[in-house]
Amino acid sequence: MRAFSLPPTAEGRATRWLLTAVAVLFLTLFLLLPLFVVFQQALAQGLGLYWAALADNDALDAIKLTLLATAVALPLNLVFGVCAAWCIARFEFRGKSLLSTLIDLPFSVSPVVAGLMYVLLFGVHSPLGGWLEAHGVKVVFAVSGIVLASVFVTFPFVARELIPLMQSQGAEEEQAALVLGASGWQTFLRVTLPNVKWGLLYGVILTNARAMGEFGAVSVVSGHIRGETITLPLHIEILYNEYNFVGAFACASLLTLLALLTLVAKTLVEWRQARAAARALHETQDRRTQAMIHLNQESA
Amino acid sequence: MSIEVRQLSKRFGDFVALDQVDLRVDDGELLALLGPSGCGKTTLLRMIAGLDRPDAGQILFAGQDATTRHVSERQVGFVFQHYALFRHMTVFDNVAFGLSVKPRATRPGKAEIRDRVMSLLKLVQLDWLAGAYPAQLSGGQRQRVALARSLAVEPKVLLLDEPFGALDAKVRKDLRRWLRDLHDQIHLTSVFVTHDQEEALEVSDRVVVMNHGRIEQVGAPDDIYENPASPFVTHFLGDVNLFHGRVEAGSLTIGPFAHAVHGLDDAERAVAYVRPHDLDITWVADGALAQGRVAHIHAVGPLVRLELQRDDGAAIEVALPKERYRELGITPGDVVYVKPRKLAVFPGGADYAI
Amino acid sequence: MSLFNRQYSMLPGFGLAFGVSLFWLGLIVILPFAALIVSTAGMGFTAFAHTLADSRVLASIRLSFASSFYAALINAAFGLLVAWVLVRYPFPGRRLFDAMIDLPFALPTAVAGIALTSLYAPSGLIGQWLDPLGVKVAFAPLGIVVALTFIGLPFVVRTVEPVLQGLERELEEAASCLGASRWQIVFRVVLPALLPSLLTGVALAFARGAGEYGSVIFIAGNIPRVSEIAPLIIVAKLDQYDLHGATAVAVVMLGISFICLLLINGLQWRVARRQGAGR
Repeated sequence: MRAFSLPPTAEGRATRWLLTAVAVLFLTLFLLLPLFVVFQQALAQGLGLYWAALADNDALDAIKLTLLATAVALPLNLVFGVCAAWCIARFEFRGKSLLSTLIDLPFSVSPVVAGLMYVLLFGVHSPLGGWLEAHGVKVVFAVSGIVLASVFVTFPFVARELIPLMQSQGAEEEQAALVLGASGWQTFLRVTLPNVKWGLLYGVILTNARAMGEFGAVSVVSGHIRGETITLPLHIEILYNEYNFVGAFACASLLTLLALLTLVAKTLVEWRQARAAARALHETQDRRTQAMIHLNQESA
Repeated sequence: MSIEVRQLSKRFGDFVALDQVDLRVDDGELLALLGPSGCGKTTLLRMIAGLDRPDAGQILFAGQDATTRHVSERQVGFVFQHYALFRHMTVFDNVAFGLSVKPRATRPGKAEIRDRVMSLLKLVQLDWLAGAYPAQLSGGQRQRVALARSLAVEPKVLLLDEPFGALDAKVRKDLRRWLRDLHDQIHLTSVFVTHDQEEALEVSDRVVVMNHGRIEQVGAPDDIYENPASPFVTHFLGDVNLFHGRVEAGSLTIGPFAHAVHGLDDAERAVAYVRPHDLDITWVADGALAQGRVAHIHAVGPLVRLELQRDDGAAIEVALPKERYRELGITPGDVVYVKPRKLAVFPGGADYAI
Repeated sequence: MSLFNRQYSMLPGFGLAFGVSLFWLGLIVILPFAALIVSTAGMGFTAFAHTLADSRVLASIRLSFASSFYAALINAAFGLLVAWVLVRYPFPGRRLFDAMIDLPFALPTAVAGIALTSLYAPSGLIGQWLDPLGVKVAFAPLGIVVALTFIGLPFVVRTVEPVLQGLERELEEAASCLGASRWQIVFRVVLPALLPSLLTGVALAFARGAGEYGSVIFIAGNIPRVSEIAPLIIVAKLDQYDLHGATAVAVVMLGISFICLLLINGLQWRVARRQGAGR
């Protein structure tokens, strides 16, 4: 971008350079360096110790539990998100804004407070927790509590991605499908879902990242029972507090890779959408040309 | 298939969208619902389709009550104002959709679907675009795809919501002539909504003029244009001049002007509506409706439009054939008289505001 | 569902979708909140007051909100600058940096916590330069602000960015034609237009920061009355099975957050109304 003459609505070159430099410095300091230090510390004592830290039994147990909690939380919140988006984006009903506010509530609650609420609800001292305990179901300091905490912190993600998208698309295509004789499920599967697939995918990616990385809420309900209720982030905390920095950062590097993958996926989803829009425009021009040829042939 | 609407009513909160509307659409006719925005025409169309539910009243398809029948069982074709094409499907898949969602027992085979879709695309002259996506089409092309899609399921009724509303003027004109030809070809009972009186009058067999949730007049285009039933219809169908007077002993009098009217009771106040091309200009006051000074002359095209200024400041618009204009030799500033060839008289004082 | 479904829609599935949504919402969100409310109501005022009279608890609450406030201020300035540079100035690596903005969303808080700690510890990559200057970041209140700045950055950038992108260039050109200098345009035309979104972003960052736990506890050092945050007090009280105490602190935190959000919403509403943005 080399401007021959500076447009009146742009800053001078020195100003631009200075502002860009400050922004890049800030981002490097706050985003790139923490990223770098994770891998630097993980590999500080060589690849061998890095692999050993990951192959450790406790680490493998933690990875398994994290995957399990995510595997349960993800489909549940996916179904909920789609249902909530269908209600809010497609119907007018009393209490719609209240429903919308309640869906967002988990975003505005400290994860620790969220964990506390589950302890209060399901702890042995509560009526519900006591009753469950008597029937052999343990929630607090157990895997089910970890799953519930993961569900809570990732509750709004899918719905939040879908609602604005579906609202902006409107219901006309679904109406058209129904007029053409499609059933409700056919309409949903063949019209609604294909139109929101990228937003849905992004919601799932976010849910996944957050569920695997949640610390505060899970920490409160976990009880830190080794080999039983330790997720990967909790395992990192334990290792770090035991001054096993290589182990802690080795596990952290796994979650960091997950975060980077999430960012790549997000970028790809956005890029795809932008490209689809651009391609549609480009091909329209092609079609126009084709149409001209077509007309010429007809008149010939 | 004929459609009958009986005493149909619908409110949205305080707003009355339809107020006890009765209407009959005959088998095979092309009917236009005409009116300003908010008059209830789209609501009526959506209720016939089953997209909205009435508060009260009945809808009958071929004499059978269809009021509570679900939209997917009504066998109607509906063309949305903004087309509502499935953006993630090709033109071919859009048109094939209605066939491919049929239950297995009644669903045609792949080859048959293909043949039917291609013949429909030929009908709308878009077979060469079968592989394109909606985003790659022009507005007129999208409209025709939407039409082909709705025809694919062989509907008994075709409903079109402002079918040309989103198109530019040239495409609009071509497409409405094309729609008329198509209707003459397939004779499907069709109802379309429009706010453009020219479009309604040119395309349809019959026109239904609506206002404030009620039907003002139903009739053939020519009939409606020549014999408007109310001041609203008169206003809505084109430019009109207003002359205030009163009805006395079966005669409209406006100053010295008198005109026999039939079937009207005596009234203190009455308004005569005269279209610009139903006014003639003379140099003599004898038998004239009003007098005015020529303010502007627009002499482009076969009709010359004159704007006259009356003494009270009101304007009169007159449209004269060019020969008549030349014959009279009018120039700006002349004082002339106007004589009506035809007028519509409605009792009541206030001007009708649309 | 006729009770809720006021307006008829021919789309199917409201009953099923609404039922599933309500069930899941009730189980995951409403029931736990109810437990918190019931538990608060049941503990009595004396127990509540007793917990809050503890100077250590009060200090932690003050620290959580104050650090979050300072971090939000830092993000207001730098977040705006970053959004501006990313939208307006093409530079090599811009797309990479733009994608990286979401890192604090995606990176687990515990990972962020240990990474920032090792950076700012006296022997760390950055800490080794600051330590001789007498600036202590890790294991001090300043570290909390650094962690919360990291956490809050995307909230500000991602709310300001789209508004800045959508800002009509004509507005600035018009101001320029009227003889305004570049700086006058920026401060009197562009920034006021960005203000509502900036406030939203800062409010979101602030709310998130006040309740943040994972990224803070490693870098804070957790010295009682100095660098101990409120969520940590809740955890500590839970570890001692002091459910009442934990609940009291949680309720006070929720209450303060709620009041802050109300105030900010009111302010935002006033700004938006003054600018005539009916949205």
